[in-house]
Amino acid sequence: MNATTATWQPLIAAFFCNWCTYTAADLAGVSRLKYAPNVRVIRLMCSGRVDPQFILDAFAKGADGVLIGGCHPGDCHYVEGNYKTLRRFAMLQRLLGGFGIEPERLRLEWISASEGDKVRTVVNDMVEKLKILGPLGLPERFAEWDREMIALESKVRSGDPTPATA
Amino acid sequence: MTIKPKIGFYWCASCGGCEEAVVDFAEDTLRVLEAVDIVLWPCAMDFKKADLEGMADQSIVATLLNGAIRTSEQEEMAHLLRRKSQYLIAFGACAQLGGIPGLANQFSREEILRYVFEEAPTTENETKTRPVPHSDHDGHSLSLPTIRNVVRSLDQVVEVDYYIPGCPPTPKITKAAIAALLEGNLPPKGSVLAPDIALCDQCPRKGTKPPDLSFTEFKRPHLTRLDPDTCFLAQGVVCLGPATRSGCEAACTTGGMPCSGCFGPTSRARDQGAKILSCLSANLAAKEEKQISDTLAGIPDPVGTFYRYGLAKSLLRRKVEPPAHPVI
Repeated sequence: MNATTATWQPLIAAFFCNWCTYTAADLAGVSRLKYAPNVRVIRLMCSGRVDPQFILDAFAKGADGVLIGGCHPGDCHYVEGNYKTLRRFAMLQRLLGGFGIEPERLRLEWISASEGDKVRTVVNDMVEKLKILGPLGLPERFAEWDREMIALESKVRSGDPTPATA
Repeated sequence: MTIKPKIGFYWCASCGGCEEAVVDFAEDTLRVLEAVDIVLWPCAMDFKKADLEGMADQSIVATLLNGAIRTSEQEEMAHLLRRKSQYLIAFGACAQLGGIPGLANQFSREEILRYVFEEAPTTENETKTRPVPHSDHDGHSLSLPTIRNVVRSLDQVVEVDYYIPGCPPTPKITKAAIAALLEGNLPPKGSVLAPDIALCDQCPRKGTKPPDLSFTEFKRPHLTRLDPDTCFLAQGVVCLGPATRSGCEAACTTGGMPCSGCFGPTSRARDQGAKILSCLSANLAAKEEKQISDTLAGIPDPVGTFYRYGLAKSLLRRKVEPPAHPVI
């Protein structure tokens, strides 16, 4: 991946709750609303099911942004799930700051089942913001970080006819 | 005389507490020495790299390596020990997870070197001299290992067979691991040689953990008078017990301090920090953004608190260096 090429497109991992935001995305679809194709939607029963590990793993596996969509406060199908997400989100924003990841890369939106148009607005807006930020590219960074080990590994390896178990 | 199995101990980026943990075997040390032949232990006995290089490959039955891998020298020794050992065991939190040295992954190498050699209050270095990998002086050529940009756990450098967790590992789990090794009674490769259940299970304060936590504030242990028998979480103190593997016999919580997570996660969790973040944050009482952020402000350093031992091995590994990428 090359940050400067015009062909680069941001990739968004989206976790949508079954009862509100996923249904809204469905509504956007049947209403033939066009929105940016950069989003990969994963349906969960509740935004409260979004384990912070999912978010960090999405970034680690190459997502440039993560979008969480849930029911408006007070509307959660499971009463409290979206509040749990709201609280985790607040802490995750601070945590990601500590890892040097911009806050715009993680977004939480309340989108009810009837708000198909909001799905379009939010996704388009997030894509625009990520285009300004550029790629996060963690898999490429991991490979870059580990390049400092290659020379020594082959040196130690060369001292031995049998392959090292590294 | 029968040939005893050969064992090695080696020390990389760590404080030395893991070496101390071996000495903590006390009189059991003699029993261990009866059973094994220590062929490498630079901290306690005189061995050189050339001695190790001279050994046949795989001739050491097991090497217990403590410390994170942070310099080219440690990296080279990790490769060499991997080659010479049948089992390479990550001994202690630093080798397993990166440990305290792994917290350096919050800073760039340049920031660290500048601070240590120029800015630290105790540093006197008017010429701003820094160590360099190679230098010549009076006809002598000197070389030093280089510091890597990233602090790594042992398994991020070479393949690891088993992990003995802890900061430091307790004599009990270490002796059990050595016994299992000598008896050939080992679990599947890659296992952590400690119970696979959360610390709360062993904690004497377990009975007072409420079924529903509801944090209104986070208190810091050094600023609060705490009840010695009640669950830390119930008292509003950050305790990593729910996200940490047991096996330490709840040494800290028994001694009046909350768990800081040194045994790492159980096998069901990939990222210890994300799991404890999830557990603590989700159980706040607040529902409004302002109240939520006020309550969470009681945890001033989330990376250092949630990843005190696990930063190097976490999903994100280290701080991404700005500028992230050129703006298109």
